Amino acid sequence: MINETVAVIWALLIATGIFLYVCMDGFDLGVGILFPWLRDREDRDTAVNTVAPVWDGNETWLVLGGGGLFAVFPLAYAVILPALYMPLIVMLLALIFRGVAFEMRFRAETPKQRLWWDRAFSGGSMVATFCQGIALGALVQGIEVEERAYAGGWWDWVSGFSVLTGLALLAGYGLLGACWLIWKTEGALQDRGRELARWLGSLTLGFILVVSLVMPFLQPEFRARWFDFPAILLALPVPVLVVLLAWRFYRALDESEEAARKRPGPVPPRQVLWHDGVPFFCALGLFLLSYIGLGISMWPMIVPPEITIWEAAAPESTQVFILVGAAILIPIILAYTGYVYWLFRGKVQAGQGYH
Amino acid sequence: MLWDAFPSALDMARFQFAFTVTFHFLFPAFTIGLASYLAVLEGLWLWTKREVYLDLFRYWVKVFAVNFAMGVVSGIVMSYQFGTNWSAFSDRTGPVLGPLLGYEVLTAFFLEAGFLGVMLFGLGRVGKGLHFLATCLVAIGTLISGFWILSANSWMQTPSGYSIGPDGRFLPEDWWAIIFNPSFPLRYLHTITGTFLTTALIVGAVGAWHLLRNGANERARVMFSMAMWMTAAVAPAQLVFGDLQGLWALHYQPQKVAAMEGHWETQRGAPLILFGMPDMEREETRMSLEIPRLGSLILRHDWDGEIQGLKEFPPDQRPTNVPLVFWSFRIMVAAGLLMIALGFVSLWLRWRGTLYRTDWFLRWAVGMGPSGLIAVTFGWITTEAGRQPFTVYGLMRTADSVSPIAAPAVATSLALFIVVYFIVFGAGIWYLFRLFRHPPEAHETGAEAEPPIRTAGITPAPSVGRDRRHGAHPEPAE
Repeated sequence: MINETVAVIWALLIATGIFLYVCMDGFDLGVGILFPWLRDREDRDTAVNTVAPVWDGNETWLVLGGGGLFAVFPLAYAVILPALYMPLIVMLLALIFRGVAFEMRFRAETPKQRLWWDRAFSGGSMVATFCQGIALGALVQGIEVEERAYAGGWWDWVSGFSVLTGLALLAGYGLLGACWLIWKTEGALQDRGRELARWLGSLTLGFILVVSLVMPFLQPEFRARWFDFPAILLALPVPVLVVLLAWRFYRALDESEEAARKRPGPVPPRQVLWHDGVPFFCALGLFLLSYIGLGISMWPMIVPPEITIWEAAAPESTQVFILVGAAILIPIILAYTGYVYWLFRGKVQAGQGYH
Repeated sequence: MLWDAFPSALDMARFQFAFTVTFHFLFPAFTIGLASYLAVLEGLWLWTKREVYLDLFRYWVKVFAVNFAMGVVSGIVMSYQFGTNWSAFSDRTGPVLGPLLGYEVLTAFFLEAGFLGVMLFGLGRVGKGLHFLATCLVAIGTLISGFWILSANSWMQTPSGYSIGPDGRFLPEDWWAIIFNPSFPLRYLHTITGTFLTTALIVGAVGAWHLLRNGANERARVMFSMAMWMTAAVAPAQLVFGDLQGLWALHYQPQKVAAMEGHWETQRGAPLILFGMPDMEREETRMSLEIPRLGSLILRHDWDGEIQGLKEFPPDQRPTNVPLVFWSFRIMVAAGLLMIALGFVSLWLRWRGTLYRTDWFLRWAVGMGPSGLIAVTFGWITTEAGRQPFTVYGLMRTADSVSPIAAPAVATSLALFIVVYFIVFGAGIWYLFRLFRHPPEAHETGAEAEPPIRTAGITPAPSVGRDRRHGAHPEPAE
């Protein structure tokens, strides 16, 4: 009984960790995805400077996800990772490549070198995002398991659905990146961010709709979750909230544009314009609702359609041992992360920041 | 079929792990020692108030930042590779090994998020005492990180504190026995000492290189002198630790020791085989150059001690690549003996007062720069290849540990790893050499003057003193 509760605590912890990763690395990957639409060199420098102090901390949550899964749900770790072999390996390599490109574009000695590092940064961001989306789609679609091991082939992760989720995540992270730029920049770059956010918002909502329509037909359990009474009472608010949030998102874009037009001069350093942040939080809200929707579909499966969180859980002794460390260290890390974001609050001006 | 000509999926998965982990460990092998060296330098600066130590701290902290970044990046891959390529192993050992690796991740994460930034960018922005505390915590943190990783590795060599469940999983019974398993304390000592030596030899080589160009550079003298003291003191100690570990291995893993020694027959008064060609088909070591009875003396501390040979064990219990174990061991020992010689000669030259002026010695020290990394790498190859054919010694075979992944997939990922690693870490190592080429100067600039290393983590320190960064040489806070 205790074991079952601890497993639920851990499932929620890891789910939260992954969501934090998606929120935080999402917008900095998004900035990389938007590079082809930011042609001006100064705009690119400013855009990169908005994420410079935080992106590596953002990425570390990914390691915690991998490490946590191994420690607490070893069976899930041992089934999911081989099943998603190619997308995960390519994602890791793309993230490494992108990280180094991030460093090297500041050390480039000629404009041509810088252009190549820019391409590496942007390409790495896109590939990493697409792979994450593919991995998610392939997991949701279901993984073939036999005798505690992955039983499928090495191309199983390719499907219409996984490509769909890959593209959806590209649009979604791009949206987060654009909204982040609206919040953290001003002037021409902010206008560009708003323009991009408008059509990326529509694109993301379109993807949410299509994925939601396809999902119930992937697994009978999913269908039961969404359409049977009384489960539908729990599930119904999710699409309603999505519609409300989409409406709020577009209104916030208009408000932010209005405010920018009325502003006499540059925003003073370290002043937070919360109304410029509303589109970003609306976009995060869309991510959260999609994530909750996904959670409703999958619960209590950790590897659909076969393995539940209790079947995948490590013995109680293991879970409790590592929970002690996590309970002490994770709050400290969270507090520290919050402090850093607060320290770097306000608009990032062109030419200012790290250089 | 074309694929028949290729190595098996198992062999490629093994090679991929070996490649990525070897590449990865080059960085921590230097980082762990360098972190402690930086703490010593800063401590000496605070204690003696001599500027030269501060200059050296600033010189080496730039190297540390780049090296740490590469260690973190190459380490992320490792935390996923257990699952992607060794899923059967992960499933069965996860309940025992998962938390050890989990604690390592938490420690590294905590360290990266907290104190590294203050250490890299904080000098001149926080008080001296606080900064020194951050440096010490980073040094301790690297030691703790190594603690968990080596504990997990040692458990695979000498599993203890577990039971085996009905489904074949290893279940934890006694965490203390798991963490402090029999081979862990000595392995930890031997490895950490190895990282200290690695750092001493690199620092010594950089110092010697600059002394060859300008013998009057006081900072080069101080770093060279410190490195040679360290080598002279620690290299002989490392020989003792290595010998102790050999005695331990003889007790727990006699096959590994037999492969290291190239012994096939069990014998009393066994010789020490200096060189030879272990032949796995003929089950003998050909063309061997031997010293009679010395093998027994070293391993049993007795001229007539009995040493088990490989033939004592069924072929499927022997290391799968005896020549690799045999030669890796010799490369490690040879590197170690050269270090001991370097240390002794340095003492003699120091006594004669010509330590900084003897060109042939300085050139030798430059050449020895990579010897620590070589010794550490081949030491690990000895112990890991010697653990074969098992992942969990005597309990779980490597062949049963691998993921069910088709050979072409592993071949693709292996090729990608090789290409990306050479580009990415090639660029990083090239950058390190650019830092080395620069002589250590008075009023050395610190990491603040470099383009930011983002892998320094979510540190607030760069922003705290943003306005001050216009000055080229930020002075420490008084």
